[in-house]
Amino acid sequence: MKTETKAVDINRNIGDFAYPEVHVRDAGTGLSEKTIHYISDVKEDPDWVREFRLRGLKTFLEKPLPTHWASKDLETINFDKIRYYLSPGTTAKRSWDEVPEDIKRTFERLGIPEQERKFLAGVEAQFDSEAVYSNIKKAVGEQGVIFVGSTEGLKNHPEIFRKWFGKVIPIADNKFSALNSAVFSGGSFIYVPPGVKVKHPLQAYFRINAENFGQFERTLIIADEGSEVTYMEGCTAPKFNTATLHSAVVELVALKGAKIQYITVQNWSANVFNLVTKRGLAHENAEVKWIDCNIGSRLTMKYPSVVLKGRKSRGEVLSIALANNGQHQDTGAKMIHAADETTSNIISKSISIGTGRATYRGLVHVPKHLKHCKNNTECDALLINATSRTDTYPAITVRGTGNAVQHEASVSQVSAEQIFYMQQRGLSEAQAMSLSVNGFVNDLVRQFPMEYSVELKRLIELEMEGSVG
Amino acid sequence: MRQLSVENLHVTIADQQIVRGLSLDVPRGEVHAIMGPNGSGKSTLAKVLAGHPDYNVTRGKVTMDGENLFELEPDQRARRGLFLAFQYPSEVPGVTIANFLRAAVQARLPEGEELEATDYYAKLYEKMELLGMDRAFTSRSVNEGFSGGEKKRTEILQLAMLEPKYAILDETDSGLDIDALKTVAHGVNSLRGPNIGILLITHYQRILNYIVPDHVHVMVQGRIVRSGGKELALELEERGYDWAREAEGEMALTR
Repeated sequence: MKTETKAVDINRNIGDFAYPEVHVRDAGTGLSEKTIHYISDVKEDPDWVREFRLRGLKTFLEKPLPTHWASKDLETINFDKIRYYLSPGTTAKRSWDEVPEDIKRTFERLGIPEQERKFLAGVEAQFDSEAVYSNIKKAVGEQGVIFVGSTEGLKNHPEIFRKWFGKVIPIADNKFSALNSAVFSGGSFIYVPPGVKVKHPLQAYFRINAENFGQFERTLIIADEGSEVTYMEGCTAPKFNTATLHSAVVELVALKGAKIQYITVQNWSANVFNLVTKRGLAHENAEVKWIDCNIGSRLTMKYPSVVLKGRKSRGEVLSIALANNGQHQDTGAKMIHAADETTSNIISKSISIGTGRATYRGLVHVPKHLKHCKNNTECDALLINATSRTDTYPAITVRGTGNAVQHEASVSQVSAEQIFYMQQRGLSEAQAMSLSVNGFVNDLVRQFPMEYSVELKRLIELEMEGSVG
Repeated sequence: MRQLSVENLHVTIADQQIVRGLSLDVPRGEVHAIMGPNGSGKSTLAKVLAGHPDYNVTRGKVTMDGENLFELEPDQRARRGLFLAFQYPSEVPGVTIANFLRAAVQARLPEGEELEATDYYAKLYEKMELLGMDRAFTSRSVNEGFSGGEKKRTEILQLAMLEPKYAILDETDSGLDIDALKTVAHGVNSLRGPNIGILLITHYQRILNYIVPDHVHVMVQGRIVRSGGKELALELEERGYDWAREAEGEMALTR
């Protein structure tokens, strides 16, 4: 369909608009070996990638859904009705001027080119299955930093790519990592050479525009010895009546003394199943930090993890989840201690509104033979209404002596008296709610980069406006 | 009609009658004190005027500058110029005084108008100085872990910043030591003037030594039984609430 329409349906949620589809490449509906070959042909995959995909498919079909512990809602996903690959058939452009007009409009409305000019070192913009724009500031590129889409990464930098790809998160890690391995497309590949500290963040923006669609980006970030990088991703999709699937795999490798900070602000619409596997590998003295903000989606299942492989490595997950009416945020963190003197920190805050449900699942593992490991876990839940729900499932196994672990959890409620007090000062009920919620997450948000804390505050305000009266 | 006007007000909570036919006018430029024993319905009156959802108004009406208050939500009443200094102010965890007040001041500006940050802070610091508050206080979360005195002072700070047309002070003196009481009274006195009407609710006469009212009303069992000048407070202090209760009895007899 290539018809131009001027009338766009706009809703108060900034991401809720869709332009007509302009896809030239379409793998069709449903998933089979044929789908894999179509994707591999279109992307001109090397043979090892095609084989990797086929193994992914086989594993995906063999593995059951994890509904013995996770939400039964997963069973409502009809994998035969999803379209697994859609692209406009062009390569990622280095300049916004070369990006097709209708796609460029989408990103302009989301404010991406503007943010790029203001505070980013590089940007990649993905529209459905493929990156349509990818650029890095000249000075950063000259330091040897590579920031491209995954397709370009595996073709042009196979010596680095292949070494780590699928190593942090193997195909068979879970059903959805297998699915991603089968049909992955898009996502970022980043390599930061030894000692290079990328001052400004690199950003990727993932946009779903098509209905009945699955987005399966694959991101691999390698920070070489002593380097530092911050990566941020944003996500939106329009509100469709049918379910949309987003199932990404993100692998981080922080080599000796390197630091990776990975920031997510997702604002999926309420029809999106967001089932993402994220894991970082921290070598000696390295640091991996996940900052994860989950707003929107129908069901999110995401537990960013760090494998603390090297001595004195550090892992951190700071997460905020907001579950509105009919939404379920099933999030948490995993810290796998695998060396002495490793430390991990998990701070999770969740907010449940209306019939929203927030679940925290945390896993901390410290085996018996290790010494001087530390973990701190804090999870706080805020309930807005009597119908809101929160559950906490911490699994902490610390064996041996000489390891320290600390765990705190709290559940609180915004009281009617507190809202009345704030209303008496002139704030509407929605403003009072949103200020209370912002207060609840405040100490955590203060640790975020400024631009993102502002964005998050605004998103919370929008959510609260929509949920009251 | 520049006055807060209460006419034959009846209020119940959970089917219990708390206010039974109370009438009172507070014009701007005046300070009225309501004194009464525990359980006389003073705090209920304050909360009903502010629009607390737990109370039912069964009869009567309240107008502010001629406008029917009961047709307005609590936040609309506040933005139109009604302020209540709470007896027990709520905590707002994680929200600093500076941000809270800023949101409140911003809420009073016309749509699309942005509060000028430098002007706001200049005014905030000026008012804090008036109340003998340290500037570092602005970065503390509203009422969280505050002492009784700090809470009351914070209420008066908000009163000073929001410049209402009518202010109700609900037992602002309770729990204050004499120094804190003097500071709070000084703050309130500096706000007095032709553009504000103040309704001071108190159990004790003590605060009226520092905030001298134009009129004093005695409230017993949900209605006003005596009204007079500032000397009524002293008389009441001397003769006790039993004397006021006799008046309630007389009133009942004359019905």
